[in-house]
Amino acid sequence: MSLDPVYLDYPHRKQGMDHDLYPWSNLFERSPLTWADGKRLLTWIVVDLEWFPITPTDKPFRAPGHMQTAYPDYRHYTSRDYGNRVGIYRLLDAVEKVGARISVAANGAIAQRYPQLIRDIVAAGHEVIAHSTDMNGTIASGIGKDVERDLIAGSLDMIEAASGIRPGGWLSIARSQSFDTPALLAEVGVTYMCDWVNDDLPYAMNTAGGRIINLPLNHEMSDRQILTVQQHSADSYCEQIQDAFAWLDGEAKAYGGRILPLNITPYIMGLPYRIGAFERLLGWMAAQPGHAYATGGNIVAQAAPQLG
Amino acid sequence: MREGEADPCLYGYSPYRGRPKIEWPDGKTCAVWISPNLEYYELDPPANPHRKSWAKPHPDVVGYGHRDYANRVGHWRMAEMMEKHGFKGSVSLSVALCQHVPEVVANANELGWEFFSHGIYNTRYSYGMNEAQERAIIEDSIRTVRDATGQTIKGWLAPALTHTPRTLDLIAEYGLTYTCDLYHDDQPGPVSVGQGRLISMPYSLEVNDHYGFFIYNMSPRDYADTLIRQYDRLAEEGQKSGTVMCIPLHSYLIGQPHRIGPFERVLEHIAKDGRAWITRSGDIADHFLSHYYNRAEVLSA
Repeated sequence: MSLDPVYLDYPHRKQGMDHDLYPWSNLFERSPLTWADGKRLLTWIVVDLEWFPITPTDKPFRAPGHMQTAYPDYRHYTSRDYGNRVGIYRLLDAVEKVGARISVAANGAIAQRYPQLIRDIVAAGHEVIAHSTDMNGTIASGIGKDVERDLIAGSLDMIEAASGIRPGGWLSIARSQSFDTPALLAEVGVTYMCDWVNDDLPYAMNTAGGRIINLPLNHEMSDRQILTVQQHSADSYCEQIQDAFAWLDGEAKAYGGRILPLNITPYIMGLPYRIGAFERLLGWMAAQPGHAYATGGNIVAQAAPQLG
Repeated sequence: MREGEADPCLYGYSPYRGRPKIEWPDGKTCAVWISPNLEYYELDPPANPHRKSWAKPHPDVVGYGHRDYANRVGHWRMAEMMEKHGFKGSVSLSVALCQHVPEVVANANELGWEFFSHGIYNTRYSYGMNEAQERAIIEDSIRTVRDATGQTIKGWLAPALTHTPRTLDLIAEYGLTYTCDLYHDDQPGPVSVGQGRLISMPYSLEVNDHYGFFIYNMSPRDYADTLIRQYDRLAEEGQKSGTVMCIPLHSYLIGQPHRIGPFERVLEHIAKDGRAWITRSGDIADHFLSHYYNRAEVLSA
């Protein structure tokens, strides 16, 4: 038995990354970022609004949270839609209590099907960013550049039609991209994407389609990961986020501005038995010195001129 | 090992009860070593017919980005905290990191950390290699670490824990003295190899941060409690036996903002306890080989 000799060839084995998307960089050696009003830590809440067709297509893959039983899966279709009817309004009320402005990552289908919801979000001063078309709109290598380009354009169009604002941000389903995604997003003028979880601060990628900022939306601290995958309680989630807050705030004093990204799902955190813990967390954070809530667009607008 | 046999004959049976004691330096009862895995994963590695590298079609943006977090963010957090509490790392190294991010390797070397090999990349697996190919990655590892750090590696943790039946014989032939791939004991012990002397170094899957967070789904504070309990028990038993505790870490996991704070309590606890020989894997191996290898070999024969 032996392996093909190319298995022991290492064509990219040289200083730097094994690709050209971005250079390596040490977080602790960068010029410190500063935030408006002398804030040290900005909490960036991203709420996903997702519509799962009861007919999953699985191309290129089935989205997390999608249908699980034999057709028709009423159980998951309806409990996901609970988030769009009830959970989101609980979350909107919760963030309103602390005056937080947030980013809402919406499927285009949400805007098309529930334009009232998008109007409510925009009227409250929140940012809507694009989150593909619907939960069958997953991206991975192999879907083809034209299909992907259409999917991105369709998503942006549907949201703009409901909100009146072309989204400046993008979140892929499951943060999954093809090799083309960063360039295709930059090409149509998307300012920032949230998919690459390799950093704690925004950084620039230079693509064939132009420059785009990656604003890392930490997946390990998402409600999906902590509550659904790891099956911790809402109280444990809050304790973990408070620990993260304390750590990042301490680091910010020495190394410059930090962000705390919280990816929240209405059908997970917006449940009656969890929302109270989340409200208490929001209140606790709001009371901390040097802290503010910010949208992704706002963070990127502050960071971009400082990124060089 | 004996290829194809039901018992691979990696070592003889030696029950924990009644085993002669291992004395660690200065009367310490438990040798504690931290093993940061400093790794490099490729975005688009070639396929190994026996194991898939990424769960998703390339690029697996989350899988890759998560690991990349280590070299941009996590390592620096973890290393600073270890240094603050007096812990030197024993690095399980993807040796290609010496080329890709020499800054991380240089930082670890300057801190006095030891390096052993964890293969070329954590996306290149040993499964299916012939002997010449496996020799090539061992020779590459020795050469690359020596060129980058001046150190001669003494140990091996198979790349992504992928082995062939000849791995242990080969690393011993090249003069390596310990393997971290065997999980049968809380003390070092001899491993049967064709030539040379090889011992098993207690590493750990059970208290590895990857297991803690992704197999057992622990919260950061639960993981810290787990490590403290593991230490307290091994330090207590070590008064009679002399134990080893390894804390294997991946900075893309332990270095996350919600985990690094709770982890500090572990280092504080062990550092102030007084029973720990806080050391490196190579030092444990050297001590064992000098004082106990021959005795242990007779016992387990």
